[in-house]
Order: sequence, then C-alpha cells, then structure tokens
Amino acid sequence: MKNTFSIGGIHPHDNKISRDCAITPLATPPTVYISVAQHIGAPAQPLVKPGDKVKVGQPVAEPGGFVSAFIHSSVSGTVKSVGPRADLAGKMSTTIEITVEGDEWMEGIDTTDTLVTDIPEDNKATLEKIRLGGVVGLGGATFPTHVKLSPPPGSKCEMLIINGCECEPYLTSDFRTLLEKGEQVVIGAAIIKQVLGGVPCTIAIEENKPEAIDHINEVIAKLRKISPKYDGISVMTMKMRYPQGGEKQLIDAVMHRQVASGGLPISVGAVVQNVATALAVYDAVQKNKPIIDNSVTVTGGCFPKQANLLVRVGTPLSYIIDSLGGMPSDAVKVISGGPMMGKAISNLDAATLKGTSSLLFLTAEETMRKPESNCIRCGKCADACPMGLEPFLLNKLSRINDVEALEDNAAQDCIECGCCLYSCPANIPLLDIIRMGKAEVMKAIKSRQIKK
Amino acid sequence: MSNLTVSPSPHIHSKDSTRSLMTDVVIALVPAVICSVVFLGLRELLVLAVSVASCLLLEWAVTRFMMKKPSTIGDMSAVVTGILLALNVPYTLPLWIVAIGAAVAIGVAKMTFGGLGQNVFNPAIAGRVFLLVSYPSQMTHWEAPQGLFGADAITGPTPLGAIKEGLLQGSSVKDIMTEHGYNYGQMLFANIGGSAGEICAIALLAGFVYLLVRRVIKPWITLSIFATVALTSLIFWGINPDRFTDPCFNLLTGGLILGACFMATDYVTSPMSTKGGIIFGVGIGFLTVMIRYFGSYPEGVSFAILIMNSVVPLLNRWFKQKKFGRA
Amino acid sequence: MTQTIIWTIAIITVLGLVLAIILYFVAEKFKVQEDPRIDEVEKVMPGANCGGCGFAGCRAFAEAAVAAPNLDNNYCPVGGNDVMAKVAAILGYEVKAKAPMVAVVRCNGTCANRPRTNTYDGLSSCKVKAALYSGDTACAFGCLGCGDCVEACQFGALSMNPETGLPEVDETKCTACGACVKACPKTLIELRAKGPRGMRMFVSCRNQDKGPAAKKACAAACIGCGICQKTCTHDAITVENNVAYIDFNKCKLCRECEALCPTGAIHGVNFPKPLDKEAVKARVQERQKKAREAAAAAAAESNTKEA
Repeated sequence: MKNTFSIGGIHPHDNKISRDCAITPLATPPTVYISVAQHIGAPAQPLVKPGDKVKVGQPVAEPGGFVSAFIHSSVSGTVKSVGPRADLAGKMSTTIEITVEGDEWMEGIDTTDTLVTDIPEDNKATLEKIRLGGVVGLGGATFPTHVKLSPPPGSKCEMLIINGCECEPYLTSDFRTLLEKGEQVVIGAAIIKQVLGGVPCTIAIEENKPEAIDHINEVIAKLRKISPKYDGISVMTMKMRYPQGGEKQLIDAVMHRQVASGGLPISVGAVVQNVATALAVYDAVQKNKPIIDNSVTVTGGCFPKQANLLVRVGTPLSYIIDSLGGMPSDAVKVISGGPMMGKAISNLDAATLKGTSSLLFLTAEETMRKPESNCIRCGKCADACPMGLEPFLLNKLSRINDVEALEDNAAQDCIECGCCLYSCPANIPLLDIIRMGKAEVMKAIKSRQIKK
Repeated sequence: MSNLTVSPSPHIHSKDSTRSLMTDVVIALVPAVICSVVFLGLRELLVLAVSVASCLLLEWAVTRFMMKKPSTIGDMSAVVTGILLALNVPYTLPLWIVAIGAAVAIGVAKMTFGGLGQNVFNPAIAGRVFLLVSYPSQMTHWEAPQGLFGADAITGPTPLGAIKEGLLQGSSVKDIMTEHGYNYGQMLFANIGGSAGEICAIALLAGFVYLLVRRVIKPWITLSIFATVALTSLIFWGINPDRFTDPCFNLLTGGLILGACFMATDYVTSPMSTKGGIIFGVGIGFLTVMIRYFGSYPEGVSFAILIMNSVVPLLNRWFKQKKFGRA
Repeated sequence: MTQTIIWTIAIITVLGLVLAIILYFVAEKFKVQEDPRIDEVEKVMPGANCGGCGFAGCRAFAEAAVAAPNLDNNYCPVGGNDVMAKVAAILGYEVKAKAPMVAVVRCNGTCANRPRTNTYDGLSSCKVKAALYSGDTACAFGCLGCGDCVEACQFGALSMNPETGLPEVDETKCTACGACVKACPKTLIELRAKGPRGMRMFVSCRNQDKGPAAKKACAAACIGCGICQKTCTHDAITVENNVAYIDFNKCKLCRECEALCPTGAIHGVNFPKPLDKEAVKARVQERQKKAREAAAAAAAESNTKEA
C-alpha cells in the first residue's frame, strides 16, 4: 500500500502538460513592480524612495513585524515610485516600482553554478541568513521560513518533511526544480534539517513523478558519500491524491499523525517545507542570494506555448503572457496557482510575487460553473472532504449563519481545498458558502480569545 | 485581456452531475429490465412505459405549473423512479393503477417535499406501498406469463406468498418448498413468480456491480442488508426449520435484491456516512425478516425500507464520520 | 361490545384527569416570574423581530426596555416615534422624538456609468465577491450588485433595478432597521434623515481613489475635487479620502452642491421642482464674485490703513 492521507481526497486528472519543458529564464522586463505584501503576516516597510538606485538583491523593504519578511529588489535600476497599486485581485497594496537599468548584482552574492555542499554548523547564523534572504514558504501560504524554523520553546521537532507532492493538477514548477536542481534542493533540506537539530528528513514525491523520485534518490546517494550530514534524508513515494500537499494531510500521510484542530504541525513533531523553499534556503545560505526570482509554470490546455519560466519577482503578468505569444483566444480565466486552490486573476497588470507558482489558462468549458440544482444528499462532498467534515451540513448552516452550530461542526477546520465543490454533482457552490461561515466562526473565536 | 472571468476556487469540476449519476442507475437497471421483458412478455414493457411516462409527465407538470420553476425532468431521477416502480408491481397490473402509483411516487412522495433531494421516503417504494394497501388484490395477483420467446412458463403465487399461505394452513416450510418445486439455482437465474424485479437476481446483481465500478454507490448498505437478512434468518431457521424459511430463500426472494441494491441505496433517502449506512442496512435487513416471519404481509422489504427511511435524519445526526485531528 | 366501549371511555377519562393534574403541578412548579410590563410593551411593538433596535427581537427589546433606567439606548426604528411614545407611556419614561430615517444607497455605478471589466462566476453573494476581489468593475468601492441587501431586508423595501444593476429603496416600505447597512460589505448603505417631505441630499459615491482613477472607473464617481465643500455655505460637506460626505444634520437643502458637482455624484431626491442647474450656478458665481470683491475691498482697506 502506498503512503497517503487517511480521510477523503479526490483524484482529478493531473494534466501535467508542461512536465517536459525545462525551466528557462525569462528576459527581465523594462519595469518591475515589487509589492511589500508578499507573505503572510505584517506587510514589509519600504526602505527606498523614488529616485534611489538599487541593485539586484538589495533589500528594498524590511520586516514590518515578527511574522514578516525582507523583500529585495529583483533588478538593478532606479526606484520610480512607491505607492498603492492594484494586485491580481484588484486590491491595493503598497508597491515599489523600479525602472530596470542593466543587471548589476549586490556584492557578496555568489552567482556561479558551483555546488556548495558543506552544511554550516552555526544554526543561529544560518537562521539569520534565511531571514535576511527574505525566504518564505513557497508552497502557497508564504509563511516566513525563519519563523517556522524557530519552533516555540517546549515543542520538539521529530521530522522534517520536504513537500514535493505538487498534487495540484497542471503545476510542474516543483517537479522541474526537483529534476534540474535536485542537488540544491537536497542540500537545502540538509540545511533545514541541521537547523532543526538533525532530525530525519523525508522528501515526499507523488508517484506520477517517477523521474523526480529516481533523480533525488541518486542525488542523495551521491551526497551521502561527501558528508554524513546527508544521512537520514530519504524519498517517500506517495500515492497520487489531492490534497496530499496540504500540510496536515502530508503529515498524516508521512507520519500517520493527525494535527489536532487549531494545532500547529510542530505539535505532532513535524515541520513541513516546500521543495521551492528548500531551494530558496540553499540560495540564501550557501550563495547569499535572496529570493529575487522563482519558477513559474505557464500552462493550460488552450495555451500553445507551455513553459516553466524562471521569472524575476515583480514581473508584470501581462509581460510574461506577451512573451509567450499572448492570451489564447478561447481562454476565459487566468489563474495564479493551481486550478483547485489558485486565485482567479482580474488584473493582468499585476506583477508576480515570491509565491507565484503558475499562470494557468482555462477555457469556458473547463472552468465555468454549471447551474446549481437541489442537493441530492449523495454524500460525495463528505466522502471527498480531507478534514472529515460534512460540507452539505456546513453549507446549510452557513446560509442561515448559525455560527454556534458551524463551530460545533468544525467549520473552522476547513482547509478550503475545494474537494467538496469539485465533487458535488448538483454543482452547489459549497466552498463559496462554507468560506463565509468559516470566516464568521474565526471571527467569533478571535473575539472570545480577546475577551480572555 | 478584456473580460476575464473571476470566481472563487476551485476552478475545475468533476464530470459527475446529477444527470450522469441517475443515467448510470438507469443503465444499471437495463439488464433487469431486459430480463423482465424476456420472461414476462411485452405486457411488462407496457407497464414500464406507462410508469416512466407518468413519472416524467407528472414531474414536468408539477415543476411547470405549481412550482413555476424550470423543469427538472432532465436530471433523469424521474426515469429511475418510473423503472423501479414498474419493476416492483405485477406485470398484470391494470395500467391505470400503474399511473396512480407513479402519481403517488412523484406527486406525493417526491414533489410535495420540494423535489429531488428533499423527499424523506423513496418515491418508488412509497408508490408501491400505496398501491399495495390500496389495491391489495391486484397487487398480489400473479398470473403465469407467456414470456417473450415462449420461455418456461412461471406458475403460481410468489414463493413468499406460497410459504405464508402454506404456513397458515399448517404445512411445514419443507413441504411447501417441495410442493412448489423451488430451487435456488432457478431463483438466482430467473423464473420465479413475482413482480418484474424479483425475476432475475443475476441481472440485478450485474447492475449493482456496474454501480459499484462506476463509483455511483458504495456497497456498505447493500452488504449490511444481505448480511443481516442472512444472519437473522439463520438464527430463526436454526431454531425451527419447519416454521421459518432458510437464509438462502430469504435472500433470493421477494425483491430483496432489488430493494437492497437499488432502493435502499437511493442517495436521498439513505444516510450520508458509511457508519450510518451500515446501521441503516442492519435495520432494513432485520425488519424485512421480522415482517416476513411474523407480519401479515408475505413481503417486507418495502415496508422495512420505508420505516428506515424515516430514521435517516437521526442516523445522519448520530453517525458522523471521524473528523481529522479530532477524537 | 358495549363493555369495550365503556372500558375505553373510562380509561381515557381517567388518563386525561391524571395527566391534567400532573400538568397543573408542573406548570405551577416551573412558573417564571416576569414583569407584566414586558408583555404590555411587546404588545405595542411592531412584531417584525428584525433586530433593528440592536436586540434579538421585539421580546428581547421589551425586556431590555423594562430593565433599563431610561429609553435613551432603546429605540425601535421600525415603530418610530408613535410606538416609542406608547412604550414610554407604559413604562412611565420620557422619550426623545427622533427624526425619521431612511436607507440610502450611495453608489452611482449604473451599468452605463461604470463599465464591467471582468465577469464574476461564483455564488451570487456580495460577501463572497467582496472577499474574493475588488469586483467586476474598475471601481473597488462600488456596489457589487449581488443583492445581499435585498435579501437582508425583511420589509421588501429593497429591490435590484435590472437596468442599473443597483439596489433601490422603496421609501414607503423602509423602516430604517439597518439590516441592509450591516449586509453591505462595501458599506454603501447609510441611514440618513428622511428630511422634510422626504427631501434630502447625499453624495452617491464612496470611491476613495484619486480623481482620475475614480473617473476612469465610473463616469459618475465623486472625484474628491472639493467644489461642493467650497460652495456649501452651511459647512455641511467634508471631503475625506477623495470622497465628499454631506452631514444631513447641517444640510439646508439649497442644492447648490448638486448643481455644481462636475460628475453628478451628488443627488437631491423628492424635491418638487427639477433643479435648474444654470440658475443655481449663476447664483453661486454671483455670490462668490461679491465675496471676492468684498474680500479685495477689505484687503485694500486694511492696506490703506496700514499705509
């Protein structure tokens, strides 16, 4: 039996159309727009003002709180403006606009391809490097990595899980990273492992990426010969199932432990980091290179030029699309991220963020919602829910806004993976409604905590 | 660029729809329908046609004129109800009674509650039980059919009816069985007296397997009914084989297979969770055997399902699946 | 046969008697002492249980009103002054009459004024839509048009106008309970004084973008130019975050701001006569010219004095 999580889940077609496209760097755009809100937590505070000259890798914004991160310039040039700009959902966030001039990098950044395999011993210095590198979780949540790697006192980490599931259909950037930068990812994993006190590390990869599994196994074998620091890193083949890459689901699948409702992964001794994050840690620690670019899958059944691109942070989405031949005429929706949890884009003038993993084009036939009909109580939503919830019930309770009953039925546990809406034969917009109910419950819980 | 579509995630949807699921149920019923027509003749086809047509017509009329909503007959659920009802009545039933059954099934049991998904009771069974209590003589009158190809003529009352009759007259189960010449091979493949859906167990089971393969239904409800019926009747039969029929007989007769595979597994009127489904099945199985052994009707599946339908909301409340990370 | 009937009657009678006695004692034992005035107050309440007063329903309001030392914090907006006078009479309190209020939708973004820039394809709910993104027009502040307010209204006072795509308030039905105000995620709806014979002025826009951006998104947006503020002789208008607001307590319904507003974002409703924009503009210009002359004269005078 292959490893997978214990409750619910669905099997959408994986549609990894762009799996054979190697990651290629995209030309730097004439202007980049770097938002100061690229992570969960407090937005960063801008350090530059219009007219300033910046270099690639120069910090342009500093953390605005404990849970916050540095943001660096991804290009060299002149700061044109600092002010509100609409993000991909049309909402305003403070953005630093930089006109590109040349490509001059900050001193101290190692831009060569030489592999640095020595794992530094000084954990404090490593954590500081991760913090200064602006590393955040690149699996979707963009939680600042240095915070995650400093477990609260009293908790003990027992296992590091590197998430290479990429269970969302279409996405291939993590897969390509594993294939092309496997060494860096494994070294990054070893660095994180070292910071966490040398705990065992499992790299979880779904079975639909056999090349990646083989490659990483080879890399680990090779690196083990260099240093004993690479002992205890292993690959685990996972069954293909969505949402395997969900943090709680992955811990369940790998360690057979369930994080309690409202609990953190560390409560069961787990720390989960994404493949791209491990690479970013390698870059930050071994190469002094902060996050200034990331790989973005550009794909879709209707998109003629599939690609995995290395894109500078802050590149306008329309620039990426134009460089690949423009919008396909039959695409009606562009999604940032995967089709299950990604965000539909309303504003293509918005720029990429650190966490932008994909641009996905879908046609009307693939994506448009079908008319809603009566619930036939088939229970498919409850079967699909990876948290063991009853979406049909939460749907009803959310509609009447019964916050108490919603909390009793664990609406706050919803991870918004979309399995319920995906599987509903009556096309009821379950998740749309449950999200509303969940928000109400979260509000109620928060106000209770404040009272205490 | 102009006019992008924006919606909350997820952005893709499975291919399942109410219509596709119901169509699968219809496909699963096709073997049973073919068998029944082959063994019972064209008259059965007529019953099927009238039943399905009345169900569709009524649902269309109710949505169109009373609920003033777009018609829902496209979802195929009325077709399923129509076929199930037809398979649940004698092929000799006057067609106007079939139409009344369809009217009760759709009009009373389904649409008054608000249509598909809102009904408490399985429409086909509600229709059948209504006919059983309103037209008892027509509903229990079995006539030897000619069959489409002049197949072996089927004679006499249903096996369950014969047993009940015989027991009342003081004969033992064994005597009655030999007298009527019942054997299980015959029951499994066809050729026992009864309504259309009781005729060919293999055809029904083939349909059930199709539904399982297509992941339309889960097997737990059906299996728990079979297991409970077998176990309960095994105990009684073990105590007194002269008074009580044996497990095989109970499993193969009286539309148990039809009920367990197609009607107890109806989405709307069965519990959501696996645990609830198993309890639901146990209830149906136990009640079926009890009604058959001790009730005044020879046949108990319909009543058992109706009774258990009414406790589904409670089962849904009591038996929930385990939530992630919660005790 | 007769015996059966007699037995049946006897048993039922005895059963009935026994149960009646049990019921009596239980009712006595669990009797709740309540202020009888609560019932009286509840009786004069409108009985809509809308929650517009801030309590869970009319009964809860009655309980709170009876318990409260005065009626300052207990006002039924639905019943208005008539009902409150009755409540005050029952409780022996004073009640301050309040000006009747009405819900006002402050968005001008009709389909014609505000072109759609994308298509929304999800649950038709403003709440969901607002949480998702800025909306299907370039204006991030305007009406989302899914009708959460219409659904929230218990009195049938709100309806979506299919032509404009905006909700409309039926003033005769609106009770100012405030349910729609809470339902609107963009806080477009405000309870404003109904005004004499329903006449009132308001800025029908909440767009906080700078002028050019607002204008680009919607032809009738408030661009925060401040002309109205300068014109107003009653100090009723403030411009904050690039959007004007009229204080209905200070507004004297002169309609000068409406005439001068370059985008038509200021609305005057229920006035008997249509606004003669040119005449009002001329009047304002005349006044401003005189003021300027007076100021110049005063300045000249002070200059000469100093000299």
